[in-house]
Amino acid sequence: MVETVGKARPLSPHLQIWRWHVTLAASILHRVTGMLLYLGLLVLAGWALALADGRAAFDAYAAVLRSAPGLALLFLVTLSGFFHLANGIRHLAWDLGFGFKLKTANATAVVALLFGLAAAIAFWWRLSAYGVFSHG
Amino acid sequence: MADLRTPLRRARGLGSAKHGVGHFIAQRVSAAALVILICWAFAQTPGLTKGGYDGARAWLASPINAALASLLALTGLYHAQLGMQVIIEDYFQQPLTRTGLLILNAFVASAAAAVAVISLLKIAFGGGA
Repeated sequence: MVETVGKARPLSPHLQIWRWHVTLAASILHRVTGMLLYLGLLVLAGWALALADGRAAFDAYAAVLRSAPGLALLFLVTLSGFFHLANGIRHLAWDLGFGFKLKTANATAVVALLFGLAAAIAFWWRLSAYGVFSHG
Repeated sequence: MADLRTPLRRARGLGSAKHGVGHFIAQRVSAAALVILICWAFAQTPGLTKGGYDGARAWLASPINAALASLLALTGLYHAQLGMQVIIEDYFQQPLTRTGLLILNAFVASAAAAVAVISLLKIAFGGGA
């Protein structure tokens, strides 16, 4: 009984057998960026906690975020946010029955990737104008 | 135990466990809410980085900002928990690992939601520092 259940059952094709494609990249990146955004929300919860705790805790937390690894993480989180937003809208359109044609699916994947990158760079360029790199 | 058929044989043909639809809908509805909330958050962030501690406290003294920030934390973490659940279910087959990770996922998301909302409320109501 147990042996029958334990026998190797056919698996669905896994990552390595697919030819690389832009829609595949967008699909995988949707997961990766989703996980990064989970981390980003934990950082945000920590920010709220530090802010509620008082000036000393907030300044210490801000100093960590303004360090090089902190800024790198925050950049990745914003990059993830813009891409996941665009690709999420793409997913919602699919759920409504739009955008399944091969050319459309390819084009929207490219748009989502480019939008994510461009919006993140524009966002941080704007932040730099607000002095995010200068104090602390 | 008189039935000698395997569990797999018995389950075949009975369809899904009927637990997927609620998850599917919740994922999409929270996504729609987050489209609005994340755009608001991205629009607010540059101003927030400028004011430091006092600026952030003053910003959250506004009920609209405190409400939307709470909604962002709650909806975001809910959506994140649902998404992470799918990832765990896709890649971890061992029941113990899988269940353990699913519980950990629930704990982390719930704890972060509680910490975020209580902190935001404390600031919004002007208590403490």
